[in-house]
Amino acid sequence: MELISPSEFAKEKVLSVQEYCLLAARSVASLFQRPRYLRDILVQCDFIGVGSLPIVILTGFFTGFVFALQSANSLQRFGSLSYIGEIVSLAMVRELGPVLTGLMVAGRNASGIASELGSMMVTEQIDAMRALGTDPLKKLIAPRVVATVFMLIFLTIISDLMGLIGGMVVSKVLLGLDLHQYWTIAWESLVRDDVIMGLLKPPIFGFIIATVGCFYGINSRGGTQGVGRATTQAVVAASVLILLTDAVVTRLLMLTFAGYR
Amino acid sequence: MEITEPRQSAEQDIPTASAIVFDNVSIAFQERQVLDGISFHLAQGETKALFGVAGSGKSLILKLTLGLIKPDTGRIWVLGEEVTALREQDLFELRRRIGMVFQESALFDSLTVHDNVAYRLLEEGKIGAGEMGRRVRQALSFVELEHTMEMFPGELSGGMKRRVAIARAMINQPEVLLYDSPTGGLDPVTSTTIIELLVKQRDVYNSSSLLVTHRLQDAFTMASHYFDRSENQMRPLPPGSRGQIAMSFLILRDGHVIFDGPAHDLAVSRDEYIREYIS
Repeated sequence: MELISPSEFAKEKVLSVQEYCLLAARSVASLFQRPRYLRDILVQCDFIGVGSLPIVILTGFFTGFVFALQSANSLQRFGSLSYIGEIVSLAMVRELGPVLTGLMVAGRNASGIASELGSMMVTEQIDAMRALGTDPLKKLIAPRVVATVFMLIFLTIISDLMGLIGGMVVSKVLLGLDLHQYWTIAWESLVRDDVIMGLLKPPIFGFIIATVGCFYGINSRGGTQGVGRATTQAVVAASVLILLTDAVVTRLLMLTFAGYR
Repeated sequence: MEITEPRQSAEQDIPTASAIVFDNVSIAFQERQVLDGISFHLAQGETKALFGVAGSGKSLILKLTLGLIKPDTGRIWVLGEEVTALREQDLFELRRRIGMVFQESALFDSLTVHDNVAYRLLEEGKIGAGEMGRRVRQALSFVELEHTMEMFPGELSGGMKRRVAIARAMINQPEVLLYDSPTGGLDPVTSTTIIELLVKQRDVYNSSSLLVTHRLQDAFTMASHYFDRSENQMRPLPPGSRGQIAMSFLILRDGHVIFDGPAHDLAVSRDEYIREYIS
């Protein structure tokens, strides 16, 4: 294994960050330039959005289910079991829904995007596209960014709802609570700021997933092994960035919304 | 160094007579100087075959011509436009006037042969489905692959892929064609078919082209044959008509051009390296 000096290593990392930022900025700028590939956007919406539905539904449902189970134990000790709807609702809408959906979609689509673009890169298909007069930024990257940002919002809403349904199943079947009471508390505990916080995160996470996937994909080198490496790196980087961004965004939103101060 | 054609200054060549001009172009990768002060020009209607050992920068010249890679120093003009001065967004318009056949064909594997060949027309969106179908059929019949229209690249042989790539490159009859080892790794019969297509393209459409190849005989075949339209096949030039075809040879060595001239001059060259190369 070849050893590189720490300064070279640092330079490489800084250069990667710079290239990622440039790609992210250009992908946004390309949305305002012609041609726009509406058909490609719809295809990606179908692949990224509809294609991710099963995994998001399952993740949301079982997260709510397990969260209700775990919370029930503690709530029972304080005699507050009836508040389980509030706990599940707030946790899913504010935090678990957006983050877990983001992580699931990152696992499925950041890898998918990186491997697809990576394969195109190593087989010169992206060069061929440029040679044929098409801008890969507009044709390949922008549609994936738009589709992921847009669809992640809806996937998160579905995940939140499935989490609440998972919590409801535990409340009714295992804890014998009243369904009407569960839904009333779950609904009434949510305020506008909770919903805004929960729905501001998915577009940011969607942007991270798509741009990180594209970045690793188009920087793939070294044949099929390189594509495999890019795919793994894309999932790891997107997941870590989602968690990091979540911490920062949550703190910033808490400072912004009066109710959390 | 043996440059048989008296080379004018690159500035004087632009933009009238030359399809491509390289002026003192250099590029290095990871401290390795791949091209070092390369200068040449390709006249309108001329075919230039590029030779050199593996890694000598032949394919790189094609990518530089298209502006897919920028040189470290030097200037490049294609069809009167300075590629080295244009931004990526502005290069797309110029690239539509150039066709390129990649070494491994680089067909879009998720699209059918029809959609691969029609790609440029689909992107431009200027013509209707009927006209597009006619143009695609015409291009595929040029390479004698009409029956593969609905197939995917994965279902084609290596030679068929190259022919589809040629059809894709010539669909809008570009003024310049760039061929990157179009016969590399193919059997002699398929290679001859490909070369016949290149000769046909050159003589029917009078396009300028750069041909990267390891097979000297391919370039000599192109220099000594013409396409007979009446019989729809390639024929040797009649005796006494040598030199009528605008075909030249360029040999690269250690990042420099060591030969740039016609087939006859190459054959009589006294340079040891060249003699060894062509033997």
